[in-house]
Amino acid sequence: MGITFRKETFRDDYTFRNSPEHIRRFPFPFNEDSYMYAVNIEPHVVGPKGSVLENLIDVDEHYVSEMQDRALVLAEDPLRCQSLPHMTLAGWDLLELLMEQQALGYPEHFTLERNGDRWRWINRPLGIDDTFTFGDTSTLPYGPMEYITRQSQGDFCILDQRDGNLWMDAGMVTTQADWSLDFDIGMNFFEWHAPVPLAHEKGIFTRALKFLTNIQQGKPARRLNWTMTINPRLDTSPENYHKWGPDRATVTPDNVGQKVHLRVELQSFWRLPRSNAIVFPIRCYLIKMDELVTQPKWARRLHRVIRDLPEELATYKGLTRYRPTLVEWLSKLDDGSPTSPGFGPD
Amino acid sequence: MSTGTTKLDVVVSDVVPVNELVTRFHFRRRDGGLLPTFSGGAHVVVEMRDGDRTRLNPYSLMGSPLDTREYTISIRRDDAGRGGSLFMHRQVKPGLEMVISYPVNLFSLDLRAKKHLMLAGGIGITPFMAQTSQLAGTGGNFELHYTCRTASLGTYADVLQQRYGNRVRLYHDDREERIDLDRLLSSQPLGTHLYVCGPAGMINWVRDRAASLGWPPETVHFEHFAAPQPGAPFDVELAVSGKTIQVGEQQSLLEAMEAAGVDPPYLCRGGVCGQCETNVISYEGKFIHNDHWLSDEDHKSGCKIMPCVSRFEGKSLILER
Repeated sequence: MGITFRKETFRDDYTFRNSPEHIRRFPFPFNEDSYMYAVNIEPHVVGPKGSVLENLIDVDEHYVSEMQDRALVLAEDPLRCQSLPHMTLAGWDLLELLMEQQALGYPEHFTLERNGDRWRWINRPLGIDDTFTFGDTSTLPYGPMEYITRQSQGDFCILDQRDGNLWMDAGMVTTQADWSLDFDIGMNFFEWHAPVPLAHEKGIFTRALKFLTNIQQGKPARRLNWTMTINPRLDTSPENYHKWGPDRATVTPDNVGQKVHLRVELQSFWRLPRSNAIVFPIRCYLIKMDELVTQPKWARRLHRVIRDLPEELATYKGLTRYRPTLVEWLSKLDDGSPTSPGFGPD
Repeated sequence: MSTGTTKLDVVVSDVVPVNELVTRFHFRRRDGGLLPTFSGGAHVVVEMRDGDRTRLNPYSLMGSPLDTREYTISIRRDDAGRGGSLFMHRQVKPGLEMVISYPVNLFSLDLRAKKHLMLAGGIGITPFMAQTSQLAGTGGNFELHYTCRTASLGTYADVLQQRYGNRVRLYHDDREERIDLDRLLSSQPLGTHLYVCGPAGMINWVRDRAASLGWPPETVHFEHFAAPQPGAPFDVELAVSGKTIQVGEQQSLLEAMEAAGVDPPYLCRGGVCGQCETNVISYEGKFIHNDHWLSDEDHKSGCKIMPCVSRFEGKSLILER
């Protein structure tokens, strides 16, 4: 039993694929035929079996390959992982959370043994078996945040809470949609959201901050965000823009199905117990158009969403260049019939 | 969506008189498991079932955050209060099953501080018990100045001096010992953060002196749970739920709403966290604002009230609840 981990790449030859089961569990982010910002935050509770919400920290068939891709990114650019000096305690909090959740959800792959401060962590997919002293950084090969986030899918931002604001004071960010931890480190909630269009006018960030600073221990919350990426590239960072930016000019009617990917972020928010910080995991899911349109409801709905997206949002999400080609391609799969309510496939 | 906390089913594992006014209560999980880890400065809300009345009072956790087998709180008996502390002192015995909230921290340490300077007054010592334990465990730099009425009412002064030696300074009112506050605040190294918990007068005095001496506001932290004050009964119309309720003399507006089946979100129940902020639709009379959440302009505007601690006197009050 357990997950069969795929061997695949997110660069160069791009062998990334979703299995048919993983296509059906994809967290499609549109529950209606149009899209606009909203404070779409809900409690992060366990969802249906077979969905990405079956466990609060999801591990899937891409786990091993994603961790290898992260290691490559870090080898080229160590500043993708940073933790300001006062955030070490929060790093231990995060290590505990991720070890506990992964061991709870996937006991065949992960085991955590706790004996007072003496902990043993077994990660079978990555071949790790380490014993260390909780709270003593010298007993791990990396700082606690880096150690555990080299073994956990998704990016992680740890936000210190003080002065009624949240501060981006630590993180591991290698699978990001065009933003930079190295640029944002030390910024507060309003500073790092400054580039987002429209949402400020709607007062969304003020309300979102009020909500986030009141997140309680044992009551995590979540939201979905989305964009699109050309080629299944996890590391679409500003630092590497020269490597992936030009790809957007390569979309043609013949390669849309293989090249264009919907990129969905499952963002969750957790209060950390010892540090009182908030951890913000940003888990990235990719699906290529050929895979997505195997679900006819998703094909129809995505066509309508992309076609009707306000221009500012299309620009911010970087879709402008290939949007007409994509809309034309999707339109052939939209017979105009109604779509059923809700996110899931029919 | 409500942002209240998850509840914990606990049993009272010990009740220990500390001095003539203060008693300590120990809680363990009913299922024998570990309690959630917490951070120094956190509180829990204790649910007290007193006949047909339910009281929900916040108390700081005072144990070490490193030990989650049990939680401990210390409660000062307030003979003139609304009865919560008297209930705890008189009715709560070992073995009693109770419900408490998950820990919430509205008085968190700023871990960037090069030094933590703590000022406690009376029972305001309790959050510092946990914070000093947390800092001592990680080699943190702190200094605690603790004012109490008499040596025998210096709750945990002996424990603290034993643990931390000359990092703890005591001041006894009956011996006319006073903190030389200006000198203390003027002689701190750069990067010091100031924390104060105690009676309202003390908090205001320390904040005022710190501001005058040029301390940046973000380095001054204070914990001030105002207990709801009793007052004359008043009627309130709740427009959303279509109910009219009376707030009793010993009851808070929030408690009266809850008794009527209306449940605004809350965390602190002491006028600090902002969760239960409620819009006023119309009123004829005057508000008695006791919170530390709304701005002075909000108080003057008559548009908002914090039902956990504030009251009303007058002809009519209609709220958006």
